[in-house]
Amino acid sequence: MEYFLQQLINGVTLGSIYGLIAIGYTMVYGIIGMINFAHGEIFMIGSFIALTVFLILAAIGITFLPIVLLLMVIVAMLCTAAWGWTIERIAYRPLRGSFRLAPLITAIGMSIFLQNFVQVTQGARVKPLPPQIQGGITLMDSPSGIVVQISWMQIIIIAMTIILMVGFSLLISKTSLGRQQRACEQDRKMASLLGVNVDRTISLTFVMGASLAAVAGMMYLLYYGVIDFYIGFIAGVKAFTAAVLGGIGSLPGAMLGGLAIGLIETFWSGYFSVEYKDVAAFSILAIVLIFMPSGLLGRPEVEKV
Amino acid sequence: MADTTSPSAANRPEGAERLSEARRDAMRGEPPYSEAPPEDTRLVRALKEGGITAALVAALTLFFFAFRTDIAVGGLSLTASPVVWIIAIAIAFAGRFLLTYFVFAGDTAVVGGWKKVAAGTGRMPIGKILGVLLLFIALTLPILLPQFLPSQNRYLLNLGITILTYVMLGWGLNIVVGLAGLLDLGYVAFYAVGAYSFALLATNFELGFWVCLPMAGLFAAMWGVILGFPVLRLRGDYLAIVTLAFGEIIRIVLLNWYEFTGGPDGILGIPEPSFFGLEFNRRDGSFSDFFGIEYSPIQKFIYLYYIILALALLTNFVTMRLRKLPVGRAWEALREDEIACRSLGINTTNVKLTAFATGAMFGGFAGSFFATKQQFISPESFTFIESAIILAIVVLGGLGSQLGVVIASVAMIGGIELLRKLTVLQAVFGNDFDPTQYRMLIFGLAMVLIMVWKPRGLVSTRSPSAVYKEKKTIGADMVAQGEGH
Repeated sequence: MEYFLQQLINGVTLGSIYGLIAIGYTMVYGIIGMINFAHGEIFMIGSFIALTVFLILAAIGITFLPIVLLLMVIVAMLCTAAWGWTIERIAYRPLRGSFRLAPLITAIGMSIFLQNFVQVTQGARVKPLPPQIQGGITLMDSPSGIVVQISWMQIIIIAMTIILMVGFSLLISKTSLGRQQRACEQDRKMASLLGVNVDRTISLTFVMGASLAAVAGMMYLLYYGVIDFYIGFIAGVKAFTAAVLGGIGSLPGAMLGGLAIGLIETFWSGYFSVEYKDVAAFSILAIVLIFMPSGLLGRPEVEKV
Repeated sequence: MADTTSPSAANRPEGAERLSEARRDAMRGEPPYSEAPPEDTRLVRALKEGGITAALVAALTLFFFAFRTDIAVGGLSLTASPVVWIIAIAIAFAGRFLLTYFVFAGDTAVVGGWKKVAAGTGRMPIGKILGVLLLFIALTLPILLPQFLPSQNRYLLNLGITILTYVMLGWGLNIVVGLAGLLDLGYVAFYAVGAYSFALLATNFELGFWVCLPMAGLFAAMWGVILGFPVLRLRGDYLAIVTLAFGEIIRIVLLNWYEFTGGPDGILGIPEPSFFGLEFNRRDGSFSDFFGIEYSPIQKFIYLYYIILALALLTNFVTMRLRKLPVGRAWEALREDEIACRSLGINTTNVKLTAFATGAMFGGFAGSFFATKQQFISPESFTFIESAIILAIVVLGGLGSQLGVVIASVAMIGGIELLRKLTVLQAVFGNDFDPTQYRMLIFGLAMVLIMVWKPRGLVSTRSPSAVYKEKKTIGADMVAQGEGH
């Protein structure tokens, strides 16, 4: 029971990170119907920027943790958003209205480019960061010796995810930008006829997705303490799995899918085998898509002739 | 090109007309017509654009060019090198400034000029001539090389083998993606199945290459059906992501099933192919001994080269013949319109499965060739990046175009390999500059640029397999891209 509870907490934390990345996939897929393959790399870039900011701050003597974390989040979100905007501008916008495979190939190309760009500029070796936030709350201390603990870091990750989720849901449902996004999602041509600047809306979608991925990247860095240039691929594939699982195009779905993937992965490695945790996640993806192609919360696609 | 929709100087109201317009606006309660703010001069605009670009590049590269983290004693160290960063910003500014000032200076929009539909007719001979020429070069390469580039002979032959392997893989994937229109991102799984089946059969049962080759193809085809069956109902991008997942699952299983596959250590000591039982070595009864010629290690490479050439040509031949058979036509019909296919009584399940199986079989052949050539395989060789490269070759060449695959393979694989040879760059950037580490970086960038430049691939015409009266080529835009529309 204690073990189960501990795995549950770990799974929810991991799921929160996946969920934040998945939002970027689901928003982009919803609005222009393409898999933004480079999104995982955006997440990786976010974590590298956060790491560098942390080291710069340490070098100039700012060590008060709340300030450090705040600056890390802000700088990482801004710079990663710039990356998201640039990628959309260079690789996707010229191909809008072109055939379906073209943006997929540029996305894969961008992903290869970004991975190698970071590898060349920052080196191929892993970057360890000692844990900055230690300690936590002990929830249960059983006589058998298993301690159920939720660390401060996990609390921060979960709280941050909830705040960002609520904020973005409000942004999508209440602001005019969100309305424009939903309009573009339903019918891009009609939206542009009604005066919505489609290009700008799509760019902002990428910017939003990228800044959320930056937050996820920073929390990944603080939580696991090790990053390298390759973390983006596997995290990206899993986050896309989460987005599809939850129903692509749906924001709560992305979060739900992220949690599901995080929990499946944690429980699988907790109870069965660590080596095959990715197999478990991918199998779930295949099973869900085959039996429930529109995901958990997605709308079924109507086949038009 | 006169653009009539934008308010240019020509259709802006003048004089009395303008006054009456203003009065009418006032009566309607609309704000009066106001002149557009004066446009910036060319210089100011160029400076502005340059400034914006420079600021963007500054933000993008600050944490990658100006700072570098490295592992040091007691954690991470940070080294600052602002010079590179400032140079990058300066290049970005200058580039954008010059582009805006000179290239984008005219009133005509730059965007929109590239929506040309290829006329198509009469372009077939070029493709045919090029095809024959390429075939001739491929056939005579081992003879030509010692004549012209004797010092690079072995290296170039090896490169030729690599390129031909990708050509073969590209042709195999072309069946699935180009003809049947099923987007497969996990093609490398079949390549891996072929390589591992041959390696395991050869090392466990001491079977030779030629016995294992058809078996490897069969195993791969079987896996094509096994993996194809569950994804039959999926469309477009969902299909892509599930095939990607399957590819990863196979790789993870190969990596972790230590007792069977050797895990990350891979399989060593895979036998080389023999020429009708004659081996390529110095011993008695070897190839050179039998024919009474002097032994040279290059003979083995020439042999391997002709094997992969023959396999690749077989793939091409089978594909071209299949396109004329009912099953091949069904593939293309499926790509064009699945619903129409079903309405006309085509069993789409079988059609999709045959496409998967045929493509997988050729992937399996290529895989066992790869194993015999390398004599060592490990899961490292079968990562997603391989699938991405193969798919990129197919799409960059032009989906469904056999010649395009060849051109794209030569351009991408050979072009990237050329980088190794660019020692000239070391003179510019100093001796510690290693061009090979930029290979994949440039590969990725080239993928983006070629796709933006030619979204339909380098070969922009297709020849339909079913013709009425006379044979014509059509523009690639006329061909559907398969599921998900």
